[in-house]
Amino acid sequence: MTQTAPAAATREAYPFALIELVEQGVDVVAIDADLSVSTMGYQFGEKYPERWYTVGVAEQNMVGIAAGLAACGKTAFIASFAAFLPGRCFDQLRTSVAQPRGGLNVKCVASHGGITVGEDGMSAQAIEDLALVTSLIPFDVVVPADFEAAKQAIVAVGKTTRPAYVRTGRPKVPAIYGSDYRFELGKATRLREGSDVTIIACGVLVGIALEAANLLANEGVSARVLDMATIKPVDREAVIAAARETGAIVTAEEHQTTGGLGTAVARVLAETVPAPVSFVGVDRYGTSGKWDELLTYFDLTPARVAAAARDAISRKR
Amino acid sequence: MPTSLAPVSVDELKAIAKRVRAHIVEMVYEAQSGHPGGSLSAVELGVALYWNHLRVDPANPEDPGRDRFILSKGHATPFYYAVLAERGFFSADLLSGFRKLGSPLQGHPSMKALPGIEMSGGSLGQGLSFAIGHALAGRLEGREFRCWVLLGDGELNEGQVWEAAMAVPHFGLGDRVIALVDRNGIQNDGFADRIMRTNPPAMFAGFGWKVIECDGHDMAAVDAALAEAERPDERPRVVVAHTVKGKGVSFMENNPGFHGKAPTREQLEQALAQIAEGLA
Repeated sequence: MTQTAPAAATREAYPFALIELVEQGVDVVAIDADLSVSTMGYQFGEKYPERWYTVGVAEQNMVGIAAGLAACGKTAFIASFAAFLPGRCFDQLRTSVAQPRGGLNVKCVASHGGITVGEDGMSAQAIEDLALVTSLIPFDVVVPADFEAAKQAIVAVGKTTRPAYVRTGRPKVPAIYGSDYRFELGKATRLREGSDVTIIACGVLVGIALEAANLLANEGVSARVLDMATIKPVDREAVIAAARETGAIVTAEEHQTTGGLGTAVARVLAETVPAPVSFVGVDRYGTSGKWDELLTYFDLTPARVAAAARDAISRKR
Repeated sequence: MPTSLAPVSVDELKAIAKRVRAHIVEMVYEAQSGHPGGSLSAVELGVALYWNHLRVDPANPEDPGRDRFILSKGHATPFYYAVLAERGFFSADLLSGFRKLGSPLQGHPSMKALPGIEMSGGSLGQGLSFAIGHALAGRLEGREFRCWVLLGDGELNEGQVWEAAMAVPHFGLGDRVIALVDRNGIQNDGFADRIMRTNPPAMFAGFGWKVIECDGHDMAAVDAALAEAERPDERPRVVVAHTVKGKGVSFMENNPGFHGKAPTREQLEQALAQIAEGLA
C-alpha cells in the first residue's frame, strides 16, 4: 500500500460517506447534537437539509429520535464526540437501539475518539467507548485508520440493517490506503508480512505499528502488521493465522487495554491458539496537549510498540 | 391510514375498563410480581384512547400510517398488555403468561414481541424521544399519523423527558406528538412530593406546551381531554390526567406499597369483587 492521499482526519470522511449512501439510494437521516461543525455532519446538512437534524446538546434525545426513525424504516445516523456518544447516552443505546427487535438500524459515528482529541483534556478523551459499545450485542464496531478507510467503513455499516459504531479521530493523519483499498466489515487488512510477531492495531495506532515494524526490521525482527479496523466482529481467522504463523501478538489501540481491541484479540487466542500477547493502550486519564505530544506522553509510540513486540517474543514457548 | 372505531359510549368504555382492571390484578397475581398501582391508574386514559382516538387496525398492526401508542412508563405492562388484548391485537389467553419463562409478555415491553407493541421499555424517560423519531419519519414521508406517549409522573424526573419536551415544539411536531401524563402522585420509593417534587402542568407549559388537565378516572372527562388534545394548535398538547395509584382496588389505592407488589389470593378475590362492583 502506498500513501497516495494527503493527510486528512478520519472524521472528515463522515459527510462524504453519508452523501455517497444517499446517492446509492440508502434512506439516510442524520442527527447531530450541537457538535456538527466538529463531527462534520453539517456538511451533509448543507447538501441534504431535509435529511439532517440537530437536537441541541441532548445526546439521549438524539439516540431516542434515531431509534424512532429507524423503527419507521430509516437508516438513522447520529454523531457526536466519542466521550458523549456512547458516554452520555449508553442506556438509550442499550434500551432504545440494541434491544428492540434484535437491534434497530441506528449508526453512531463518534468523532474525537481516544486521546488524540488533544487540548480539550481528559474529559474529552474517550478511552472507554469501545468497551461500552462492544458490550451492546447487535452492534458492529469499527475504528478506521485513515480517511479512505473511514469513508468506506461508514458506507459499509450504512448498508447493513444492524446498529453500528464507527469511531473517528480529530487530527489529520497520514493516509495508509490508496483509492484501490476495499474495506470489508469484519476483515483485517494485512499491511506488512512478518514471521516473528504480529502487531494488531486499529485507528491511529496502525501508522505507529507500521513504524514499529520498521524499527524491528532494523534489529532483524520480522513483524506482521494487521489493521484490525473491525473490533466487533473481530476477524478470528486473521488472529488465529497470526498466532499460528508468528507465535506472538501485540495489540495497539488508542483506548484502555480492557474492553477494546486487545480484549477481543485475547479472547480469540484463549479459545483457539494461545500465544503471548502484549497490550499497548491507555490505562490512565489524560491531560491537555497537542495530539502528537499526547501520543508521546501516553507512550503510544513506535518505540513502545516495538518494545511490546520484543516482550511478546521473549515469552514464546 | 386506519380509522378509529366508531365512537364508543362512555358506558361501554367503562365496561371495558372493568375488564382491563380485572386482567391487571389477575396478571400480577398470577406472576406474583409486576406493577399493579401504576397500571390501574392509567386504565381510563388507555381505554378512551385505544377505543375512541387511536387510529389503529389490530389486523394490520404494521400499517405505516397507523397512529402509535408509546408506553414510556414501561412498568405499566399489565395495563398495556390487557388493553392490547381487549382491543384485539392478540388473544387474552396470553395474559396468564405475563412475566413467565417462554412468554412474549416480558415484565417490561419488548418491541414487536407481539403485534401492537411499539417500543421496548423499562428504562424510563425514553418514549417521547422515540415518538419524535416516528413523527419526523412520518412528516418526511407525508403521513399524517399521531404518536401518543404515556408518561408517569415519577418518570418526569428523568432529564431526557425535557430534552424531548423542548424538541417537540422546536421541530413543529405538535400535531404529531401528544403526551399523556398519568399524574398518580406516587413513584417507586413513595409519594412523589416527598421523593422529587414536580409540577407537570407548569413544567410542560414552561416548555411551550398547551396543558389540558382532567380527572383521569372520569371517563367522559378523559375522552373529552383526548379530543381536545387532537385539535390543532400552535403548541404541542399534553394531557395531565389526575389519577389515583391503584384505582379501583381499595387497599391498593394511593398506597405506595402496591407500586410493584403482587396481591395474595385473598387480596385478589377482594380486588376482583371490588372491580366488578366498581366500588372503589
